[in-house]
Amino acid sequence: MSTTTMSMTADKPAHLKPVALKTEIAVDMIGVHKWYGEFHVLKDINLHVKRGERIVICGPSGSGKSTMIRCINRLEEHQQGRIVVDGVELTNDLKRIDEIRRDVGMVFQHFNLFPHLTILENCTLAPIWVKKMPKKEAEEVAMHYLKRVKIPEQAHKYPGQLSGGQQQRVAIARSLCMSPKIMLFDEPTSALDPEMVKEVLDTMVSLAQEGMTMLCVTHEMGFAKQVANRVIFMDAGQIVEMNTPSEFFAHPQHERTKLFLSQILH
Amino acid sequence: MAIATEPVAHSVAYVRAAPVDTQPPPTLARGWIAWVREHLFSSPANALLTLIALYVVYSVVPPLAKFFIFDAVWDGQDRTACLADGGQEVGACWAYVKAKIFYFVYGSYPFDLRWRVNIVFLLGAVGIAWMLWLDAPRRNLGAFYFFVIFPIASFLLLRGSDTFNIERVDTSLWGGILVTLLVSLVGIVFSLPFGILLALGRRSKLPVVRLVSVIFIEIVRGVPLITVLFMANTMLPLFLPGNMSPDRLLRPLVGVALFASAYMAEVVRGGLQAIPKGQYEGAMSLGLGYWQMMRLIILPQALRIVIPGIVNTFIGLFKDTTLVSIVGIFDLLKTVEATLVDPTWATPVTRATGYAFAAIFYFICCYGMSRYSLAVERRLAAGQKR
Repeated sequence: MSTTTMSMTADKPAHLKPVALKTEIAVDMIGVHKWYGEFHVLKDINLHVKRGERIVICGPSGSGKSTMIRCINRLEEHQQGRIVVDGVELTNDLKRIDEIRRDVGMVFQHFNLFPHLTILENCTLAPIWVKKMPKKEAEEVAMHYLKRVKIPEQAHKYPGQLSGGQQQRVAIARSLCMSPKIMLFDEPTSALDPEMVKEVLDTMVSLAQEGMTMLCVTHEMGFAKQVANRVIFMDAGQIVEMNTPSEFFAHPQHERTKLFLSQILH
Repeated sequence: MAIATEPVAHSVAYVRAAPVDTQPPPTLARGWIAWVREHLFSSPANALLTLIALYVVYSVVPPLAKFFIFDAVWDGQDRTACLADGGQEVGACWAYVKAKIFYFVYGSYPFDLRWRVNIVFLLGAVGIAWMLWLDAPRRNLGAFYFFVIFPIASFLLLRGSDTFNIERVDTSLWGGILVTLLVSLVGIVFSLPFGILLALGRRSKLPVVRLVSVIFIEIVRGVPLITVLFMANTMLPLFLPGNMSPDRLLRPLVGVALFASAYMAEVVRGGLQAIPKGQYEGAMSLGLGYWQMMRLIILPQALRIVIPGIVNTFIGLFKDTTLVSIVGIFDLLKTVEATLVDPTWATPVTRATGYAFAAIFYFICCYGMSRYSLAVERRLAAGQKR
């Protein structure tokens, strides 16, 4: 996998300076449980993500990977245990939830771009309405990140006119426009044509190289080996195994992990 | 049909040597004879249908044209013009419509004050054109004009005001097209926002909000409009304190607006349900609050989907305004009926002519709405192709 290093720190306007996390622990999940009705979907999740750490989460479908990272920005509600995001605990307090969502970017499997808005409008919407940024400044920020994901020329098109890979890069740019401290990726390449996967992964790699705190649900094991600090394997709503990528792939300990890896690494 | 092809590869291995050039599609047979054959007489069944349709047109259109145009009486002072004295056939008595047209437009609004109604019509036409023309300059100003300035000005002009020394005209004198347009415009302007709120309420997570919305929608939808109008007429004063008695034109206005809102709510709910969950999640993950998310992301898409349903409700509402005559309001249809008993114009064709006039008026308005909504749909569809 190519590691196209993009020089991001040079000639950067003031409002594009990376925002540092307030605390050393970016995400802290302590004894988190969740149920869908009777179905126990997350069981005793304990996860401490340090600032700047890059974590890849893998596991069979239905193992609760997506549910777990969706709890971090309250797209799903946990019913037991504590989740603390950058020092702010997630409760039912809507103000806190909005505060956390402002600081946590998310990239979805199906992009979830707004089809009635242009690419540029997709990127400026949240800065203008949530951060109250002036429109002109928001457009500067948006163009900056669209250049960064290498599609500034598409700014005035609509999402439906772009390829899947381009749409996913726009989705990443849209999140970055809010200068998030933490980025969540929920299977960002699963819905893409094979030829589009690399352009999205390259963007994610460059983001990782800048020190962004990232939690990625993905089955791209090459990506995991290249950028992850830790790989987490989940099954049946539990964290089964967690290790550095080299150890995880070379010496998986748990039987279920061994089986999973033998299935996906042919 | 000459598409250049390479020699077919007979072995398993194959590598294309030269790319195939892009070519225009083969030309199809054109001309109206080909079109007619292809579309109207493509099969025996289709040919039969075409002939039946032609026969229906033949048997319906000429008599109508004869009655309404060729045999119609266009000028005259009274009923004698429209009587078949000389044994000739007499069609529609347009002379009667001509004589009564001002009554059809203004009702019993005082003669020397009708200029005030004309100004309101003019102001309204400007406001509606400003709103409907999507590329118009300063549309936000237009919205302010249409939703704030225009209603206040209309109220002062139509009803009058003691403070501004404008002569009062009681609403019982209002009538005709004035009342029909007033009732439908108020219904349309109130039903959309109110319907949207009800639809959001029905999908709300808050049980009280949801329950209230469901009860309102189901009760209003489960009751005929006539009942709603009677209830508004007799029960509205009961809900209001003491000697406060709402204007007798205001009561059916409220009734019609509430009735249309309940239907609108269900139309909008249909649109809301068509929006994928991912749109909500995308908006929420960016930190948008509920109202921002609804206003900026969900409703623009949902309303776009249900434009046909919204316009359908508007058209239904426009025609349903004829029911306000039940509670003694003189809308267009009621003014037409009122003139039918006038002995000056009592002829065998007066009734048909009067109703035809009302039908033409309603048709023009409704067809206009329908065409406009189609144009909007086409325009929005061109903006974003999925």
